Amino acid sequence: MKKKIKNLNLNFGPQHPAAHGVLRLILELDGEVVEKADPHIGLLHRGTEKLIENKTYMQAVPYFDRLDYVAPMNQEHAFALAVEKILDIDVPIRAQFIRVMFCEIGRILSHILNVTTQALDVGALTPSLWGFEERETLMTFYERASGSRLHANYFRAGGVHQDLPAGLETDIAKFCETFPKIINDLENLLTDNRIFKQRNVDIGVVTKEDALDYSFSGVMIRGSGVPWDLRKSQPYDCYNQLEFKIPIGKNGDCYDRYLCRIEEMKESVKIIKQCLSKMEKGPIKTFDGKISPPSKKDIKQSMEALIHHFKLFTEGYRVPEDEIYTAVEAPKGEFGVYLISDGSSKPYKCKIRAPGFSHLQSMDYLIKGHMLADVPAVLGSLDIVFGEVDR
Amino acid sequence: MNNLIDLEKKINSELGTKLNTSEIKHNQIYLEIDSDDLIDVVLFVKTNKDTKFRQLIDITVVDYPERSKRFKIVYLFLSHEFNQRMILSYNISENEVIASLTPIFPSANWMEREVFDMYGVSFKDHPDLRRILTDYGFEGHPLRKDFPLTGHTEVRYSEDQKKVVNEPVKLEQNYRNFDYESPWEGTKYIKELTDTNEKKN
Repeated sequence: MKKKIKNLNLNFGPQHPAAHGVLRLILELDGEVVEKADPHIGLLHRGTEKLIENKTYMQAVPYFDRLDYVAPMNQEHAFALAVEKILDIDVPIRAQFIRVMFCEIGRILSHILNVTTQALDVGALTPSLWGFEERETLMTFYERASGSRLHANYFRAGGVHQDLPAGLETDIAKFCETFPKIINDLENLLTDNRIFKQRNVDIGVVTKEDALDYSFSGVMIRGSGVPWDLRKSQPYDCYNQLEFKIPIGKNGDCYDRYLCRIEEMKESVKIIKQCLSKMEKGPIKTFDGKISPPSKKDIKQSMEALIHHFKLFTEGYRVPEDEIYTAVEAPKGEFGVYLISDGSSKPYKCKIRAPGFSHLQSMDYLIKGHMLADVPAVLGSLDIVFGEVDR
Repeated sequence: MNNLIDLEKKINSELGTKLNTSEIKHNQIYLEIDSDDLIDVVLFVKTNKDTKFRQLIDITVVDYPERSKRFKIVYLFLSHEFNQRMILSYNISENEVIASLTPIFPSANWMEREVFDMYGVSFKDHPDLRRILTDYGFEGHPLRKDFPLTGHTEVRYSEDQKKVVNEPVKLEQNYRNFDYESPWEGTKYIKELTDTNEKKN
């Protein structure tokens, strides 16, 4: 007698700790082998692009913090660069170093979270406890510069909002001395760990060709051996004045991506150190009164400054008619802003290109033929944050 | 080709009649084509050894409700080999169905779903054209310019019916969209008032 066997459909999420947010994954299982995965996204969709179309350029910045909320300033950077290119303004060198430094802090923030939660997904609890302590330190740096731990709203077209407070530079320098030891501790726990390797080596392999076809970027493409990093290939701000290496993986599996992230954190520390040593006192935003607001002191004394202040915070600055795409190397991959301005003070169209969107799309391709227990491991190594996937 | 100007010349000489306009701006190539030529052009730029735009970065749409060809479809490409970016675009009218890029770039799948969801543009031969970002059972296309910022319905959990219900949006105060254009240049509502007054006279 023949028994009829039916595939099992499993609903993974939307509320599941290993889904890293609100992901509903519909899995078709043959025993314990995944036959098909259909991610349902959009549960965190807030209509960011529509909102930006209805706000002035300055009011649009905070929305970028809320995309990939693990590394907020990296997103702001993309938008600031897009507006700067259209307006054709120069950013003072100190502002460039501050921005690059905070972008690298954001990269460390994001990679700590990803590496440690990926370990958590495959059963290791301790790394996340150690990692989160460092994240807290980094977020106090965010707070001291911008006033808030996560939603910084710090970058502006033409520079940054305000200068660094006294003492912050020395504290960041101190952190750069102690942090490499923490990375070593994490590596001691994970890199040669037998269980961690069993769960990650040869899981979720991406070939070079497929990495290109599926629009992968960032660690996802470097893990597969494609030497591509926008900080090197299309340098923005002061990245061409800094020395750093780009770690490349070999096998394109979850383990190589983990190694890439660990190495990138070490490189980020080097970049931060260089920024601190090269940074000199100076202006932190453009002097153009039509774009950057005047200081409080000037408003009290100068009529022109008062008018500028009023116009900037009501109408906002106008951006000439243009169309541009700019991208930055965010921790998760290529984060881009496609901006269309129509000469008014609000963007006509602002499309946000989030790296996680393309990465999550390939879930079906990555997980087909793997066991159910590999789903969290693969998902963890994709480095998904739903703020940016759903927008 | 590493040189942007040579690359543009090459594309121009090979595609010639298929291009409506081509220009170099912000270190990127901007091409405009007709919607019928999409597949040919994309296959060319992807496979040709001098262009190699191997990666599709994104697909999006710009809505110009006042134009007869309302939507401008935009494709962003990246070539790793030559470190170049290209922006390809064409215009279509509201009910036109366009070709899908999924056979050429698997990553186009979700991007086209997003375009369909946000703008209501349909794709021919797309394997799985469903909504992606909006809620199950959502109606309308939110990124169209004529879709209100506050939307049409709001969602709440009804204690009486013991389920989630959709209701028309009720706002205590409307979205306040102040007109901050310089008053001495004439704001929109004053212009409209003077225009109508002139017509009366």
